[in-house]
Amino acid sequence: MTISRREFVRLMGLAGAAGMLPASAFAAARKPSDLYEVPKFGNVCLLHMTDCHAQLNPIYFREPSVNLGIGKARGKAPHLVGKAFLEHFDIAPGGIEAHAFTYLDFENAARKFGKVGGFAHLATLVKRLRSERGDGNTLLLDGGDTWQGSGTAYWTRGKDMVGACNKLGVDVMTGHWEFTYMDKEVIANIGDFKGEFVAQNVSVNEDALFDYRFADFKGFDEDSGLAFKPYSMKSVNGMRVAVIGQAFPYTPIANPQRFIPDWTFGIQDERMQSIVNHVRENEKPDLVVVISHNGMDVDLKMASRVSGIDVIFGGHTHDGVPRPVEVSNKSGKTLVTNAGSNGKFLGVMDLDVSKGKLKNYRYRLVPVFSNLLEADKDMQSYIDKVRAPYKDKLEKKLAVAGETLYRRGNFNGTFDQIICDALNKVNDSQISLSPGFRWGTTVLPGQNITMDHVMDQTCITYPETYRREMTGQEIKAILEDVCDNLFNPDPYYQQGGDMVRVGGLDYVCEPGQSMGKRISNMTLDNGTKIEASKKYMVSGWATVGSKSPGRPIWDVVADYLKEQGTVKIKKLNTPKLIGVKGNPGIAS
Amino acid sequence: MSLNEKRRVFLKGSLAAGALGAAAGMLTPGAVLAAWNKNAFTAKSIDEAIAAADGSPVTTPSKDITIKAPDIAENGAVVPVTVVTKMKGVDSITLLVEKNSTPLSAIFHLPKGTLPDVSTRVKMGKTGDVIAVVKANGKLYSARKGVKVTIGGCGG
Repeated sequence: MTISRREFVRLMGLAGAAGMLPASAFAAARKPSDLYEVPKFGNVCLLHMTDCHAQLNPIYFREPSVNLGIGKARGKAPHLVGKAFLEHFDIAPGGIEAHAFTYLDFENAARKFGKVGGFAHLATLVKRLRSERGDGNTLLLDGGDTWQGSGTAYWTRGKDMVGACNKLGVDVMTGHWEFTYMDKEVIANIGDFKGEFVAQNVSVNEDALFDYRFADFKGFDEDSGLAFKPYSMKSVNGMRVAVIGQAFPYTPIANPQRFIPDWTFGIQDERMQSIVNHVRENEKPDLVVVISHNGMDVDLKMASRVSGIDVIFGGHTHDGVPRPVEVSNKSGKTLVTNAGSNGKFLGVMDLDVSKGKLKNYRYRLVPVFSNLLEADKDMQSYIDKVRAPYKDKLEKKLAVAGETLYRRGNFNGTFDQIICDALNKVNDSQISLSPGFRWGTTVLPGQNITMDHVMDQTCITYPETYRREMTGQEIKAILEDVCDNLFNPDPYYQQGGDMVRVGGLDYVCEPGQSMGKRISNMTLDNGTKIEASKKYMVSGWATVGSKSPGRPIWDVVADYLKEQGTVKIKKLNTPKLIGVKGNPGIAS
Repeated sequence: MSLNEKRRVFLKGSLAAGALGAAAGMLTPGAVLAAWNKNAFTAKSIDEAIAAADGSPVTTPSKDITIKAPDIAENGAVVPVTVVTKMKGVDSITLLVEKNSTPLSAIFHLPKGTLPDVSTRVKMGKTGDVIAVVKANGKLYSARKGVKVTIGGCGG
């Protein structure tokens, strides 16, 4: 059953009257009559979207049941799931917000409240908030991972999303997966984008500077060597707002360097400090904010080391965090947010700013429920037009979901298992490896699995598959390496993805251990111990170093699905975990 | 100094070196490399390498040395490293990579009056520390910075 807008309003009214909503100050700020009535506050309103991964249409998205925090991050936002999450953020269980922010009772709640996101619905919400705040009183910021993640984004090389963002009215953005097209395509896309693209942490490397191919690009600065404009000054309701960009620092490591050989990244927090200082001294700002693709843990650390930033609007780790974290540093406090993924949320921060000071703020991470927000006609017709040439291919039914299929979580999700099983079956391998991306939408039981879903899970610009022998030792080295990127106690050494997904392989993982000591007891599905020196046939995809020889992963998965009828996971290759008992980042 | 100017200086430097090279064309490689500290560059351990380069393996950790290097290397074959210090009277800066089979990467001898600010690229086989040893007024000071070398991929 899906509830209508009218029914929803009635239910919310009843809930309010029956005292089912918590009476905290945070909850009181919400109006039970309408999820989308965000009370006005202050004089500047910053809207923040991030990591929509090119989802133009409404989708389902299940939040993780495993999002472990290790070391100092244990039990702290964003490393909370399920009930612990609801308790921490004071959200009533069972309602629409509990569904938006957690995996709890996912299947039933998803059927009840319907799909989330969709640019036509997001456009309606953005227009409504902009008109309520008044002309010139808002900015729409985009944290990136916007131009990649769907079949149409892949086939148009990101251009469908540039068009959609222009229609939506994105003012300033930064990026990560935007950099996985060829560099000349990145430059062309940014040229077509009507907002500003900012990144203080991307420079042209020294060798490339001698004969730089994009020397004419207007964001490039020869003196500083920065490839893109580091920040933008905007006037909002008469206030001067500085928006500094922080692209994903490890793009050339997590994704192919070969597509963008001239650019070098890194966290560059010293440069961030010098840019903040420069802006504070020379631009007379009333507010200094960063749109960041660092990931929340890195943002929290950066906020403690760099001073003078009022707010960091974060993304990358796909954490839907309802309340900003206040981080203390040398000159005061910095607010750190993270706004989820797949177009599911819009962050709304209303700020009271005057004379160069942030006096107070209100924040809401508003879930975008597509049944509750009418589709914007102009945006919908744009989306239909963009999809038209690919529609038949994308909507082709491949199989039926026998259970909820999802990816997000630290270890194998059910859709990952399908990908891994497909690799082993189609490529006749013993073990399969699949990247731990955090994007990828969810399919409900009984729903048709279409090519759209397969592309949502797999469409990258380096989709080629491989099949080759590896020793047990090599496989362990890969697992250890990726595991350290996820669980290194120092966030600056993390990369923000989840653990590599595996098929045909079981293992024991102790996240609290150090590099090289987290993985043990590796066995094949039949229980045979993996030996260090023995060779195993392995297949996988998404190799960053060089192009693999095999077919694109989506063809492999589609071939597999077509033979399945109704898909049920026979075995989920999720590791046995040690040392996480009582950790509120894992479902109990 | 703007980047442009820096490049000009760099170009001048390369030209000078090129010119010298031409003049020295008749020298055999062995003679050119006469000043190369073979014992230091082939030493297998950190202590041996520092001792051979700087006269003693004993260094005092110092917060006045800044090592700029990426937290995670984009390419382990060419990791950019810069060492800067505010110390006065610096004679040399020695750079080592902890986990390399021969840890010593570079020794910079600084003529009097040179700003102690050096940059180079080092090769790193695996995750570990980059170590800088600064010799100032006859004493040895050191600092470390961890650099992770990863196989890459699998990021979200």
